[in-house]
Amino acid sequence: MTVQNSRAYRSGLLWTLARFREAGISVFILILAILITLRAPAFLTADNFKDILLNISILSIVALAQTMVIITRGIDLSVSSIIGLVAMMVAFVVKQNPDLPVVAAVLLGMALGAVLGSFNGLIISYGRVPPIIATLGTLSVYRGLVFLYSQGTWINSFELPQSFKLLSKGTPLGLPNMVIIAILFAVVVYFFLNHTRTGRDIYAVGSNPEAAQMAGIRQQRIVFLVYLLSGLASGLAAVLWVSRFESAQTNTALGFELQTVAASVVGGVNISGGVGTVPGVLLGALLLGIIENSLTLVRISPFWQLAAQGLLILIAVVTDNLILQGVQK
Amino acid sequence: MSDYILQLTHISKSFAGVEVLHGVSFALRPGEVHALLGENGAGKSTLVKVMTGVHQPDGGEIYLNGKPVRFSDPRESRQAGIAAIYQELSLFPDLDVAENIFVGRQPTMTGGRIDWPKLYREAERLLTSLGMHLDLKKKARSLSIAQQQMVEIARAFSINARILIMDEPTSSLTLNEVADLFRLVRRLRDDGAAIIFISHRLEELFELADRVTVLRDGTHVDTRLISEVNREELIRLMVGRTISDLFPKQAVRAGDVALKVENLSHRGLFEDISFELRHGEILGLAGLIGAGRTDVARAIFGVISPHIGTIWVDDREVSITSPQKAIGLGLAYVPEDRQLHGLIPLMNITSNISLPMLGEYARRGWLRNKAERTAAFGAARQMEVRANNIWQKARELSGGNQQKVVLAKWLSTKPRILILDEPTRGIDVGSKAAIHALMSKLASEGLAILMISSELPEVLGMSDRVIVMREGHLTGHFARAEATQEKIISAATQVVTASHVP
Repeated sequence: MTVQNSRAYRSGLLWTLARFREAGISVFILILAILITLRAPAFLTADNFKDILLNISILSIVALAQTMVIITRGIDLSVSSIIGLVAMMVAFVVKQNPDLPVVAAVLLGMALGAVLGSFNGLIISYGRVPPIIATLGTLSVYRGLVFLYSQGTWINSFELPQSFKLLSKGTPLGLPNMVIIAILFAVVVYFFLNHTRTGRDIYAVGSNPEAAQMAGIRQQRIVFLVYLLSGLASGLAAVLWVSRFESAQTNTALGFELQTVAASVVGGVNISGGVGTVPGVLLGALLLGIIENSLTLVRISPFWQLAAQGLLILIAVVTDNLILQGVQK
Repeated sequence: MSDYILQLTHISKSFAGVEVLHGVSFALRPGEVHALLGENGAGKSTLVKVMTGVHQPDGGEIYLNGKPVRFSDPRESRQAGIAAIYQELSLFPDLDVAENIFVGRQPTMTGGRIDWPKLYREAERLLTSLGMHLDLKKKARSLSIAQQQMVEIARAFSINARILIMDEPTSSLTLNEVADLFRLVRRLRDDGAAIIFISHRLEELFELADRVTVLRDGTHVDTRLISEVNREELIRLMVGRTISDLFPKQAVRAGDVALKVENLSHRGLFEDISFELRHGEILGLAGLIGAGRTDVARAIFGVISPHIGTIWVDDREVSITSPQKAIGLGLAYVPEDRQLHGLIPLMNITSNISLPMLGEYARRGWLRNKAERTAAFGAARQMEVRANNIWQKARELSGGNQQKVVLAKWLSTKPRILILDEPTRGIDVGSKAAIHALMSKLASEGLAILMISSELPEVLGMSDRVIVMREGHLTGHFARAEATQEKIISAATQVVTASHVP
C-alpha cells in the first residue's frame, strides 16, 4: 500500500526546473545572446535591442492574452484575423477623420476587438463548441470580413495622419511608446492574474474544471471572459500594428496566431491548462524576437525562421512533458 | 425532529426510468459518525448525491435542522454547510495548498485585490486547528493522496461545514494514514460535526462509527447502533436476498487446464495471484470495485506490461507482452467499459466485429469485404444482436446489443480462453439473460471463461468456482457448492493479513 505514496515529496533538480521555468529560458536566452554576439557584434547594441523590443511589443500583448485562454485549456486561433479586421476598420476610420484623437482610435480598436472576441466566447462557453474549432471558424470568418470590408484595397502610409503614426514610434519617455504600452499591459495582466479572484479563477478553471464548478466558480463566465479579453488585446495590437507599419492590408497579421501560441508555450504555458506566468511568456516572446532578429544578423536565410520557431515549440513541449513525468513518477 | 441535523424522508430517485432509490429515509445526528453500508449498486452514492444536490430527488423531503430544504446544485448544499469528499478528489493540481482551501473565496482588500498574507495566515490557522501539518506553498499536484484528503477536509471546514460526507476515504491510504484520518474524524465529531462515513471495510466501521445504516437494492434496510450489531449480522443485512434461478448455468465436466497463473504480481496493483482455469469452466472473480480484478485481467491479456509471475496457456509457459500476443494464443478479453475500450461507436457493426481479425480478411493489405461481411453476419446472428442491419453504427444500439456486438467481435477470433469483465453491467434484463445463456453454451462447448463480476447473484449463479480478491490479493476460493453470498462478502471485505503492512 505504500506504492501510491511514493510520488509525494519528490524534490531536487527536476522540481527546481519545473518551478522556475523562467530561469531555464533566461539561461537559454543568455547563451544564445553570447553565441550570436560572437558571430555578429552588432547584436549587442542599444539600437538593436530597441529594435527587438519594438518587434516583440505587439507579440507580447497578444501572447499574454493567448496565455489566459490557454490556461483555461482553450486556444484562440482567431487573434490574427481579429487584428486584420480591426486594423482595417480603425485605419479606415482614422483616414476619414484625421483629427480623431489617437486615444479614441485606441479605444475604438479595443472595443471592436472585444466584440469580436466575445463572439468567440459566446460560441465556446455557452454554445459548447470546442475552442480550436470555434476559433478556426472565426479565423476564416473574420479574415473574410476583412476582404468584404476593404473590397480588396488597402490603406497606405500617406492616408494616415502623422499623430497616429507616432503612437507607436514616438519616444517622449525615452523608449518607444509601443514598448511602454506593452510593458503597462503586461503589468496589468500580471496584477489581474495574480491578485484578483477572477484571475485566480482562470487558473482554477484550467486546473480542474469540475472542481471549479463545485467550488462555486462560474466556469462559463470565466471562459467567456478570456476570449473577450483575447479579442480586446488583439484590438489594441491592431491599432499598434497600423501605426507601426503605417498601412492596413488584407493580409495584415496573417499567420500571427501561431507566433502567439509559440511565445506562450515556449514561455512555459501548459497547453493542457492551469499553468502559465506573465514573466515566462514575456521571455518566450523575447526569445522568438531574438531569433528573428539574429537570423538576419548572422546571415541565415529568414526562411529558417519558421523552422526555428517550430523547433523551439517542440523542445519546450517535450521538456515540459519529461519534467512532468519525472515529477509525477 | 430537531434532534437531527439532517433528515431525509422517503427519498426516491430514478434514472432513465429505472428507480434506484425506493423511498429511502435517513437521519443524521450532530456529533455522530454515521456509517452508510451496502453492496456495490445498493444506492449509497446516489443517496449521497441527493444530499449534496448533485441529484434532485423525484420524491421525498430533505430537512436541515428541521427545516425543509431543496438543493439544486452542489454549491447550495455547500453554502448550507454540507461538504462531501469523494473518492476522486477535487483539488486544483496547479494551485498551492493554501489557495486550494480558499479558491473562489480568497480574502480580498478594498478594490478587489487578494490579500495573500491574510490568506496564508488563515490557512495556517485552520490547518493548525485541525492538527494538520502541510506545506502551504506546495502545489496540490505533489501531495500524497492522504495529504490531498487533508486539504479537502480543511476546505470543508473553512466554509464551516457541519456535515461532512466521506466516500471511501480510506481506500487508498496506508494504515498509518488511516489512523491519522480516524483521529481527525473523531476530533471533528467531538466538536459537534456530523460525519457520514462510507467504507467497505467493516472493521473500520466498528472502530469509528457510532451508528450504521444499511442500504440494499435502493431501499433502507436498517439503522442500528454499531455496538449492537456484529460483523455477520451486518453482512446478512447487506446481502439478505435469495438468488433467483435466472442463471442457466449448465453443469459441465471441466476439461484440461486452459490457463494457469502463478504468483502474478504488479507493484501497486496486485500481488501474488495464482489460479487455474479449465476448459468448459466458468471461473468467477469476485470482489469490490477497485480490488484489482481488472488489473489482473489486463495483465494476463498483455495490456499492463511488466509483471512478475508465470502464465501457462494449455500447459505451455508463455510470455504475453501485448494484446496481439494474447490474441495469438487464443485469449480474448471483453473489457468492462464498452464505450471506452470495447467498441468504436462511430463504426458500423461489421467493422466493429471484424476489427481484431482484419488480417484474416485482408489479402496483401486490401480488405476483402465479402469475407469480412460473411464472418460478421454469422457472429452477429449467433449473438442475436438486434439491429436494423449490420451496417448500423454501434452507438445507435442499446447497451445490451452493444455488449452483444463486443462479444461477437471477440468470439469471431475463435478464442479458447475468454475473459469477461463485468459482462452484464448496465444492460437490461432480457439481454442479460441472453448473455448468460450464451456464456453457458460457450462453456459447454469447451471454452474457458474467466468472469469478473461485482454482482453477487451473477457470480453465484454462473460460476463453477469462485475466487475473491481484495486490495490486490486473493482472499477466497470457493467451489460452486460451498460459495455463498456471506462467504464472498466476508472474503471481499476482510482485513488482509499483515504480510504487506508497511
